[in-house]
Amino acid sequence: MYGKGLRSLSLITAGAVTLTLAAVFFWAPNATYGFLEKILYLHVPLAIITLCGFVAAGLMAVAHLHTRDERWDMRSYVAIHISLIFGIAVLLSGSIWARGAWGHWWVWQEPTLVSFLLIMLLYATYQPLRFAIEDPERQARYASVFAITAGVFVPVCFGIVRLSPAYVHPRTLDNISGNLPGRMQVVFYLSMVSMTLLWVTLWKFEMTAKHVAAQLRQLRRALGEDHDDAPARRSAAPSLSRIASPN
Amino acid sequence: MSPYDPFFTSGPGILASRARDGRLSRPNAPGGDTSSVDGTADLPASAARRVTALSLRAVTRRYGERTALAELTLSVPAGQTLAVLGPNGAGKTTLLRLLATLLAPHGGELVVLGHPLPAEAWAVRGKLGLLGHEPMLYRELTARENLRLHAKLHGVRAERIAELLALVALERRADEPLRTLSRGLVQRVAICRTLLHDPELLLLDEPRANLDPAACEIVEPLIGRASGKTRVIVSHDPAGALLEADLVLGLVRGRAKIIAPSTGLDPSELAELYR
Amino acid sequence: MTAPRTSSVVAALLRAQLRLELRTFESVPAMWLFAVTAFVLFHFGLDRDQLSGDLASGVLWVTLLLAALLAINRLYLADAEQGGFDGFLLSPADRTALLAAKVMTLLCYLVAVEIVAVPVFGVLLLQPPLGQALPGLLAVLALGDLGIAVIGALVGALAIRTQARDLLGPLVSLPLLVPVLLCVARATAPLFDPLHAGTLPLRWLVTVALYDALFGLLAFALFDFLLED
Repeated sequence: MYGKGLRSLSLITAGAVTLTLAAVFFWAPNATYGFLEKILYLHVPLAIITLCGFVAAGLMAVAHLHTRDERWDMRSYVAIHISLIFGIAVLLSGSIWARGAWGHWWVWQEPTLVSFLLIMLLYATYQPLRFAIEDPERQARYASVFAITAGVFVPVCFGIVRLSPAYVHPRTLDNISGNLPGRMQVVFYLSMVSMTLLWVTLWKFEMTAKHVAAQLRQLRRALGEDHDDAPARRSAAPSLSRIASPN
Repeated sequence: MSPYDPFFTSGPGILASRARDGRLSRPNAPGGDTSSVDGTADLPASAARRVTALSLRAVTRRYGERTALAELTLSVPAGQTLAVLGPNGAGKTTLLRLLATLLAPHGGELVVLGHPLPAEAWAVRGKLGLLGHEPMLYRELTARENLRLHAKLHGVRAERIAELLALVALERRADEPLRTLSRGLVQRVAICRTLLHDPELLLLDEPRANLDPAACEIVEPLIGRASGKTRVIVSHDPAGALLEADLVLGLVRGRAKIIAPSTGLDPSELAELYR
Repeated sequence: MTAPRTSSVVAALLRAQLRLELRTFESVPAMWLFAVTAFVLFHFGLDRDQLSGDLASGVLWVTLLLAALLAINRLYLADAEQGGFDGFLLSPADRTALLAAKVMTLLCYLVAVEIVAVPVFGVLLLQPPLGQALPGLLAVLALGDLGIAVIGALVGALAIRTQARDLLGPLVSLPLLVPVLLCVARATAPLFDPLHAGTLPLRWLVTVALYDALFGLLAFALFDFLLED
């Protein structure tokens, strides 16, 4: 079941995030920008995890098209969902940092922020796309095609945006994730680990919730509340119509 | 692996799916189907395959959580006609599209003209013709242009187009855009499209729906019993179906309520389907 | 039954598409009109009589991109509404032939639009003479059009069988086309330099060519999955 180990995972994640926040605010050295720089300890790992999440969703979509197993589509959908939420956090934290560092709420010179804006604009169409297709099987298939295309787009977009002459000068963001002296490095990696755990935990949470909902529906049907004739409600989320085997 | 793009695999084959074949295999039921009405159950498997045009075993097709076709099992020998009857929403069009390789079954085994679907769908496509509700023709192009396109799609000689247009008596109006033709004439062009590649299997969805009696006479040798082809006809006319068909399948909500040779059936039994 | 040669299938499909366009004039005249109108809008919006350098490059390319969206929206319309997909799917032809035909159709439309839009742009808004930019511009147009065509054909197929087809086509294509826009606009900017035509920056051409190739391959791999039912 998806719920296996969820409690222990949540506890570990909660612990890691708390530890990270404590380290960021109390232990990391106060460097050039002072308090503002602390945001980067969260912003950069969030960004990296989000991008990996989108690419992972693309890989899950490949698995879906290959095996035609709707559970892979579910995993891909949830991965994109969680990454979208993280992506909004990236844009918000990046904007706050930009305001503090450059005086504007948005800077076009920062390639990470710009790439993220493009990527978020693309993935924002994922849910409307799914909602616009009624047939669940076709919805899953088209969503997978989209997820694969977008998953390829993510690294390519990053590369191309960085090529633009405005970004030739090294950015502060690169400095942060590049050569870090001792303590900063520890905090950074700690943050990476806890953000990864957070992503995975949220992913498992949502998978479990959907799985349980599907089982509930199946039980209802078995108990005789026959929904065969009821008009199917349109939804953007994939529903597991057959629970083949656990996990 | 076919060079011509098997049903669910892409050209470069990068995302080829083979899981389908594994999922579809089921052990053969010993002792033959009770619902097989053609007597081929006694023949050895290879001979049966050649004689049987269509073979469905527990074929299922779902639409989300709704079942469009449930556990359908039947056989149609070559050269015979199957009439598919049933109320709206029974799954008749789904069945036709499954046989036409436009849909893949979610369960069960489907063998059309000796080729299991969806694995060998590419081999079957050139041998069947589907006449649906929509003519599948571009309204702004002329009959000749439409047929020329389909001839190229099927790899058929251009001379065949003139032959068919002559057979359906449409030569005079073959060079006008289809939107200027009446529905009946468009139906005749659609029949040409269906027969262009001389298919062995005809899948007809109410073929005479828009045809006047004269036109019906014209197309009868092409798509009627006299054509000698294996036919599956979806019809809303039980009496007519009994006259025309060798086998009758009555579907209600995706389930087969009647599978029988037409000789043994009473029109009143068929009327039951629509209640 | 021998399957038809893919090249003849692509040629037949392309011929049918172009013939349909010539009969109905659904796409290209609208794109022409849109492009010229857009130039007028830019004139009033920017309050400039003459453009040069990267501003000119940007205006031209954004206009071409938005005009392309009109074509992408209608690319599969006839097929979806008149049963063209089914007719094609019933034939033994290779499925990717349809993608190739649609890419070439979009390319033809884009070339037709540029034949009108680029000279009009040169007359209405461009400060340096168009002739000086032309050879390099043709190369950039070719690569940019290819990128638009490939992504347009893929996304068009994705959007046409949904219920919000007019909205989803543009919304999904535009982010995917931003890298193309980035590269071609940067490549065109030195060509529109007010003093003398700069050299064509090869870096951007190579980048857009690679992007085109990558998404071309992706489109060919994924197209079949969009056509199934």
